[in-house]
Amino acid sequence: MHAALETRGLCKNFGALTVAEQIDFRLEAGARHALIGPNGAGKTTFINMLSGRFAPSSGQILLAGEDVTALGQVARVKRGLARTFQISMLFKNATVVDNVAFAVAERAGVAWRMLRPARAYREVVDESMALLETLGLTQDARLRVAELSYGKQRLVEIAIALGLRPRVLLLDEPAAGVPTSESQRILEVLDALPEEIAILIIEHDMDLVFRFATRITVLAQGKVLIAGTPAEIAADKEVHEIYLGERHA
Amino acid sequence: MQDFLSSLVNVAFHGIAYGMILYLISVGLSVTMGLMGFANLAHGVFAMAGGYMMLSAMSGLDVPFPLAIVGAFVAVALASMVLERFLYSRLYSAGELEQVLFTIGLIFMSVALARLVYGPLPQPVFIPGYLKGQIHLLGSGFPAYRVFLIVFSVALAGLLWFGVERTRWGAMVRATVDYRLMAQSLGINTARLFTLTFGLGSGLAALGGALGAEIIAVQPTYPFEHLVYFLIVVAVGGLGSLRGPFVAALLIGVFDTACKYWVPEFGSFFIYVATIAVLLWRPEGLFGKAT
Amino acid sequence: MKHAGGYIADSRIRAIEWLPWAFALLCYYAAPSYLSLGSYILTMILFALSLDLILGYGGIITLGHSAYFGTGAYVAGIVAVRLTGEPLVGLLAGALAAGVLGLVTGMIILRTRGLALLMLTLAITSVCFEVANKATSLTGGADGLGGFSLLPILGLFRFDMFGKTAYLYCLAILFASWWLVRKLVYSPFGASLTGVRENNLRMHAVGAPVYQRLVASYTISATLAGLAGALLTQTTQFVGLNALGFQLSGELIVMLVLGGVGRIYGAFVGPLVYLVLQDYLAKRFPEYWYFGIGAMLVLVVLFARGGILGIIDAGILRLRRKS
Repeated sequence: MHAALETRGLCKNFGALTVAEQIDFRLEAGARHALIGPNGAGKTTFINMLSGRFAPSSGQILLAGEDVTALGQVARVKRGLARTFQISMLFKNATVVDNVAFAVAERAGVAWRMLRPARAYREVVDESMALLETLGLTQDARLRVAELSYGKQRLVEIAIALGLRPRVLLLDEPAAGVPTSESQRILEVLDALPEEIAILIIEHDMDLVFRFATRITVLAQGKVLIAGTPAEIAADKEVHEIYLGERHA
Repeated sequence: MQDFLSSLVNVAFHGIAYGMILYLISVGLSVTMGLMGFANLAHGVFAMAGGYMMLSAMSGLDVPFPLAIVGAFVAVALASMVLERFLYSRLYSAGELEQVLFTIGLIFMSVALARLVYGPLPQPVFIPGYLKGQIHLLGSGFPAYRVFLIVFSVALAGLLWFGVERTRWGAMVRATVDYRLMAQSLGINTARLFTLTFGLGSGLAALGGALGAEIIAVQPTYPFEHLVYFLIVVAVGGLGSLRGPFVAALLIGVFDTACKYWVPEFGSFFIYVATIAVLLWRPEGLFGKAT
Repeated sequence: MKHAGGYIADSRIRAIEWLPWAFALLCYYAAPSYLSLGSYILTMILFALSLDLILGYGGIITLGHSAYFGTGAYVAGIVAVRLTGEPLVGLLAGALAAGVLGLVTGMIILRTRGLALLMLTLAITSVCFEVANKATSLTGGADGLGGFSLLPILGLFRFDMFGKTAYLYCLAILFASWWLVRKLVYSPFGASLTGVRENNLRMHAVGAPVYQRLVASYTISATLAGLAGALLTQTTQFVGLNALGFQLSGELIVMLVLGGVGRIYGAFVGPLVYLVLQDYLAKRFPEYWYFGIGAMLVLVVLFARGGILGIIDAGILRLRRKS
């Protein structure tokens, strides 16, 4: 059985700066996998390589066993790989439902249609509304995204990715910057995601990580330090040093 | 053969003189675009203002040439700093479209003002007596004024290079071009840095406009007519560097002069085609950093 | 900014949208001596509409849209001189030529962004200008191209000296183009363009072929610009180099911004107000006119980003809140 997503010897240099070094990584089908590490460990760069935004300097990326290293972002999305962004990357002046519908329409292959009004594509509108409903955003569907609270914007971020019906979902700090009152809601949403989606999450909130993930990989200075179950990670001395070291610094 | 050689020398000489003027005018544009990310299409206005100021000071008030030049530099630099503080700075975070529209608006206003004050015709050019005549070198004669232009501009470019590479101000400019947020968190007062740099860039443009009045005629349509060339220098050279616009300005000055000398029937056709080719090959310009 | 379109927008034509057409017909009867100005305004509305499609919806900033307008204008002129005086043939040829140029140049320049893109649009217009300037045998060079006569449209409607046919001809073409643009704006394609303008990177991340989509909209826009150019040639029976000039592109942007970018009817209001004012003021006070235009641009950018229609919208909103 192929992993949902796998990297082999993945490297990335920006000039003399190495941000990813020989990363071997497996995301199993249906996994709840967290990627943690101190700031500057190369987590977001790793996600950017997985999603196809950056090309790796060397190494391979396999999506369900298929080598996608040379493919662009669009082709990877077509193969079921979706991501969210750490800093909100939404269509700020569009309505909430349009934000999701843009993604649904691309996936459904109707985004090129020029003659019938968008509203006539009921299946796109209905699916987008249904997604908003599962995330509890029905009330906000007609508002502009810029009018939403930050926590709700983070939910829209997830809704857009779900609109692509991914098999692999990369979540880049879904709860970053969200007040505690709203982060609970985000965790509920994450818990309710369909089981068949393999999820890789980057997160700084360790409570969230240990409640959500069944497997954790620790990245430090562009290298995999250790991978294991939450219990193994929690017991590891080196991980403690890194996190404690960071706090002291 | 002799003829060809001497025309080659001539084209190179006049091309370099033209290129140096383009450099003086455009370097400020390149730095401000790289530093502040502001698409200032109205940069040519400062060059035109410098030209008008110098020429009217010399003809109307009998101000001596060196003083008129310095005066143009100082006056335009100060005026542009006021503009930057009160208008430009409000649009740093606005979109590219707003910046383009705003600066096109400034061009329209300045073109109208110039026509109102000076009339539609090009201004007569004054060259001081001691810079008239020819300098003989290697068997050919060169106009003394243009020799002065080249020497002066090269000296200025050297000074500028020194300023950016070797002074604290230069270090701050470079740091801010490369890492805006980091510079701010280091406590660099970017607002003041922007104003000063903007003033210096506009002052240099005024110098270029004043010194180059003999090459690029000073007339109301100036900021529109030559905008394409200033932008070509900046785009081809690459944003935010000193070397980029210098090399680009020289290349364009010489190439344009050569085209107009040997194939005048094609006008600026080849310059545009070459620009398109360069930008397709390197969208960030010859010396720009890839983003 | 408020944009039409999207997945929940009602795409049916509202009553108020018939207003411009009623007004245009009213002008036809009420102001017969201004019909040639009217034709010019209708032509520029079409041109502004084409720009709005890529600037307002695609977010592409171009200083070179006159390249396509001029191409359409010259091709229509050349067809009339060398091939046939049938207006519709010239019109289609002009639009087609501009569309092909838009496709080819769009494929080249839309790979870049920012300053390079701005510069490339300028350079392409400049190249077209130089070509038209030098290809004297075909284009008449600096003297322009004129002295051709047109046959009646479809053999039925003869161009009259009062400009009545010309006016209605422009109106019909504009109406058809408006209908098409409106369809596009409300379609999924139009919605995806809004997405590209709002957030190009995110659009990539949802699997949208952004580049192809921009090239497609650029081509459509160029075709419409060419249509406008061809109309100008046919209604004035002359085409000159200024149809390709950078100045025209600048003026076009001014008109669109004045009306309101990214709203279909901004392209209607802007040229109307601008050209009527120009006709009235520019000849008498040219300096003040240009100064006023510049000042207006600066003020719009600083205080009223939505243009005239934006101001009206804000006014209506305020009234509603009060009541």
